[in-house]
Amino acid sequence: MSKLIRNLILIAATIAFIVWAQNNLEPYTLRIVNNIGIFLILALSYNLINGVTGQFSLEPNGFVAIGAYFTALMLIPPEVKLDMFALTDPAPIVMKMHASFLPAILTGGIAAAFVALLLSFPVFRVRGDYLAIVTLGFGFIIRIFAINNPEYTNGALGLNDIPQIANLYWIGGIALITFITMIHIIYSKYGRAMKSVRDDEDAATAMGINTFKIKTLAFMTSAFFEGVGGGLLASYLSTITPDQFSFLLTFQLLIIIVLGGLGSMTGTVVSTILVMGGMEWLRFLDDDITIFGYDFGAHPGLRMVVFSILLIVMMLFAREGLFGNKELPDILKKFKKLKKSKV
Amino acid sequence: MNGFLIVDHVTMDFGGVRAIDDLSFEVYKGEIYGLIGPNGAGKTTIFNIITGNLKPTKGRIILEGEDITGIKPNEAVYKGIARTFQNIRLFKSMSVLDNILIGFDSKAKYSYFEAILRLPRYFKYEKIIREKAYELMDIFGIREFEDSLATELSYGNQRKVEIARALATGPKLLLLDEPAAGMNPKETAELSDIIHKIKKDFDLTILLIEHDMKFVNAMCDRVTVLDYGEKIFEGKPSEAIVNEKVIAAYLGDFSNA
Repeated sequence: MSKLIRNLILIAATIAFIVWAQNNLEPYTLRIVNNIGIFLILALSYNLINGVTGQFSLEPNGFVAIGAYFTALMLIPPEVKLDMFALTDPAPIVMKMHASFLPAILTGGIAAAFVALLLSFPVFRVRGDYLAIVTLGFGFIIRIFAINNPEYTNGALGLNDIPQIANLYWIGGIALITFITMIHIIYSKYGRAMKSVRDDEDAATAMGINTFKIKTLAFMTSAFFEGVGGGLLASYLSTITPDQFSFLLTFQLLIIIVLGGLGSMTGTVVSTILVMGGMEWLRFLDDDITIFGYDFGAHPGLRMVVFSILLIVMMLFAREGLFGNKELPDILKKFKKLKKSKV
Repeated sequence: MNGFLIVDHVTMDFGGVRAIDDLSFEVYKGEIYGLIGPNGAGKTTIFNIITGNLKPTKGRIILEGEDITGIKPNEAVYKGIARTFQNIRLFKSMSVLDNILIGFDSKAKYSYFEAILRLPRYFKYEKIIREKAYELMDIFGIREFEDSLATELSYGNQRKVEIARALATGPKLLLLDEPAAGMNPKETAELSDIIHKIKKDFDLTILLIEHDMKFVNAMCDRVTVLDYGEKIFEGKPSEAIVNEKVIAAYLGDFSNA
């Protein structure tokens, strides 16, 4: 029972932090916290397919884009759409799409999950790194589709004036839900089946596990939360363009989950905060640097150099990421046992 | 034809290589049947055909009167077939307990959403399969390692985990691919005790591949000896080791020397 109490305290503390942060933080800091929240949703769900199930995939930017566009089109009022679509008139279906916030982000998630289902039929029937290639291509296709179909997406101009409904209550709340969902999946027969597929697909099959089904399930779950995250991102930024959903977004998420440990959700939480917070914290490197009274001048981009070096150093000393493929409580449990056995 | 498992005129070609040539044998319910033969004789291929990993070029596999030729490997489990692998294949990143719980996958009847929302069925079935997993670990004497990574265990104990994991699927027919390989004599003796015990307790029929003839002699009721995919002997293991053809297959034919 102590575990239940510990979990409840952790959840209560997180909610307390969200309420406090929304009301007390200055806009700049709040923005960083919101950013961390959105990236938490994306990185946690990305880790489910990539880390837990071990299927190397490069999909997040595509699914985030799907979620973002769906949500944006549903939130923007029709008369605003008419004004905004500069290149051509919006397609009739675009004019009809309208919903309140929660249905809108859920639709974004479901749309992404549905596309994931379609992708999994060709991809998961074969073994190997096909998923990475297909999802990489998929990300490019989504972006090109967005640019070349202005009647749906307003082309390269993107969508503006998206009602800014997402705040830290929404973002923090959904990040919390995502984390709990992922933990619940991992500590269930489905999570075990996903890990078994990662470790040894033949042996998993010999245990009666339908590996195609399990991989599809993991992929769709990832896609759903990435779609929802994309919806939050669209509403939070209130403007989206196709270029936001380039491969760089996937790359950033990949850095986060590798650093945190492929397959470790608690590790992902820590590494998201480190990476997203660290990028902001290192901003002072881009300003004028004065050491011992000597002015070195400003070197824009130095931040990224230092950040990359820090990442390399971290990967050198913790090759499997911060927590490897285990969750923090399991690591602590093992550590305690080790200590006991030494005494 | 009244066997529990019938391998009926099975032929398997890999391109131009004939791995199994018109092989037939029957395994009766409740016996321990041995499949022996030199390296490359096609023993593991037969296992892979029975479990559906390979589809035979010709012939049928019949389990309890039902034709299961070319069944999907994961569905073979539902028909009551479980197997172990020649080179132990445990889930490396998972604890011993989790490895065995994977075997209970089909027994935990709760849906994905019930797991995510932690509904009562999740707790009910997790509790049931955990209790069963502990029972299995007690039988094999590996309960003390429940939290250890499967790969941290000794070779002998890893074998036990693998057999326990196979038993967790609730099989009627257990296929053991060289269970005694790499074990010292003490571990082998312990293993044969365990196999006899689980055969009785779980009402199993066992088909095993083995090289250790002493082990085969102690374990098997009947054996089939394979050489280059062909059956060269069927009968009692004690008769197999004095059979001329079998000796020739293992040691080479000296009659022309």
